[in-house]
Amino acid sequence: MAEPRIDVSIEHKNLPESSNDDKKHPNTCPGCGSHYRDDELAGNLRVCPQCGHHFPVRGRERIEQLTDKGTFEEEASDLRSEDPLGFFDLRPYTERIAEAEISTGLGDAMVIGRAVIEKQPCELAVMDFSFMGGSMGSVVGEKLSRAAESAIEGKVPLVTVTASGGARMQEGILSLMQLPKTVCAVEDLRDARCGFISVMTHPTTAGVLASFASLGDVIVAEPGALLAFTGPRVVQQTTREKLPDDFGQAESNLRFGHIDAIVPRGELRPFLGRSLRLFRNGQ
Amino acid sequence: MASEDERHPRERMSRLRGLPLLRGTRLTGDLEKLRKQLDRIETEPSDEEIWRSVELARHSQRPYSLDYVERLFDDFLELHGDRARAEDPALVTGLARFQGRTIAVIGQQKGRELNERTKRNFGMAHPEGYRKGMRVMEIAQRHGFPLVTFLDSPGAYPGVAAEQHGQGGAIARSQALMARLTVPLVACIIGEGNSGGAIAIGLVDRVLMQENAIYSVISPEGCAAILWRDGAEKVKAAVALKPDAVHCLELGVIDEIVDEPKGGAHLNPDEAARMLGNALAKTLDELLAIPGDELREQRRARYRRAGIFSARSQEPALQPGH
Repeated sequence: MAEPRIDVSIEHKNLPESSNDDKKHPNTCPGCGSHYRDDELAGNLRVCPQCGHHFPVRGRERIEQLTDKGTFEEEASDLRSEDPLGFFDLRPYTERIAEAEISTGLGDAMVIGRAVIEKQPCELAVMDFSFMGGSMGSVVGEKLSRAAESAIEGKVPLVTVTASGGARMQEGILSLMQLPKTVCAVEDLRDARCGFISVMTHPTTAGVLASFASLGDVIVAEPGALLAFTGPRVVQQTTREKLPDDFGQAESNLRFGHIDAIVPRGELRPFLGRSLRLFRNGQ
Repeated sequence: MASEDERHPRERMSRLRGLPLLRGTRLTGDLEKLRKQLDRIETEPSDEEIWRSVELARHSQRPYSLDYVERLFDDFLELHGDRARAEDPALVTGLARFQGRTIAVIGQQKGRELNERTKRNFGMAHPEGYRKGMRVMEIAQRHGFPLVTFLDSPGAYPGVAAEQHGQGGAIARSQALMARLTVPLVACIIGEGNSGGAIAIGLVDRVLMQENAIYSVISPEGCAAILWRDGAEKVKAAVALKPDAVHCLELGVIDEIVDEPKGGAHLNPDEAARMLGNALAKTLDELLAIPGDELREQRRARYRRAGIFSARSQEPALQPGH
């Protein structure tokens, strides 16, 4: 005898759309489903106390987390993107920039400046994924170059914290030129014997991974961060290969020898302090 | 006082700079070159012309790197393997004779027949390829050989093994090595110069670009898939990205547009090679006259200037009526 079938399609139809995809509340942990108030999460460096999931950190909050109180002096905050190509996809590029500026309160996807971390002076360059996916256009490239120059001038190491989807398509070929530009900046830094510590956070991909971020004397990553030249979706679509579960993740990158360590967010500040002391070599 | 000859191109240039499209113009070089560059820019490519460049750049009969190596150089000695893991046929490297001197060569290589295309992985290199390239760069540096690269690839290979073997890091380190070399470096864009895969061997002193080649941060299809959420909008994406030679010259990312035979390089590969060879010979002569340290300094300065941005305090007020 067949069981009577119950039609549940009507119930499903009435479910709100957001419940069946990944558009969860930003403070709901994708790892364990726990939900936090914003101040709770901020108080725990935006790491889930239950399962250790690392939530994204905005640029300015990252600077607060890492630097000794009141030591950060921002540089080149006046730089703004231009629209050299007159780029227009579904919306004009100028509109996208204006919107990103308003929603993030930043001039572009990178903030740079002098800082002190655990009493160690350094130059700090932090990316913010909320500004157009942390994409690297002319302003990000220029800021990284200025950060390198400022480090050389002050004879201090450079620390970068990256979070980026890659080069900014809306500036076309000029965005591709930011790869060699930032690479040359790192080479100048090396010539001047300034240390360079690269901290990769989720996600550090494409053009940023294929330029300055991969050139640190020391490279570390946060747990679970995606560090890949090509992201999993595109690899899957293009090659139809079966992807390993930890494809492109920090843990896989450590195993294959591409990074020096995985440092949980709570340990990042002392880790940087210790590294900076080593590069200072007793001076 | 500037001569009549000199004034004319300068006036035209300042007039052209007034156009919104040309805000980024960075024309350099002697008068003769300047005039040629200006002639190119005076007519802006139409949308159809831009898309035609994309098609011609990918034409299946278009000469590939080895077609030029064969026609331009003597005694080509191909070098294989990265001395660590593998040989990557998507990137060919070697030494050869050009105009009476030894040069090092790195070229992205597509294949023509199915077997060859598969073997060459459609010109998409793995990290092993870039590491092989770096090995040849080191040979060039040690022996003072100029390095000539040929760019023609859909991009670096987007596969699992490529990621596991460090695609991003290999592209970064290849560029870093090029930033350190003190020998002349020339890149020839002969087909598709796409994304990180191209710039990995594209950090150079001079960039020559064939008139129907393209140079872009992402393929039109990739851009369309992300920004239009529809790969079929590739023509719109190409027009927006402006990957054609004229726009690249305007934006200052290439130094010279190299003519092709009428209708495209595929119609007469011998003639296309002769034209590219002439430009390459002239460029190398120019660079060989510059001491190595200075060359490297100029190279770093070249990329230091790359990009167009503004400082907020200098922003002009909006004009009424706009």
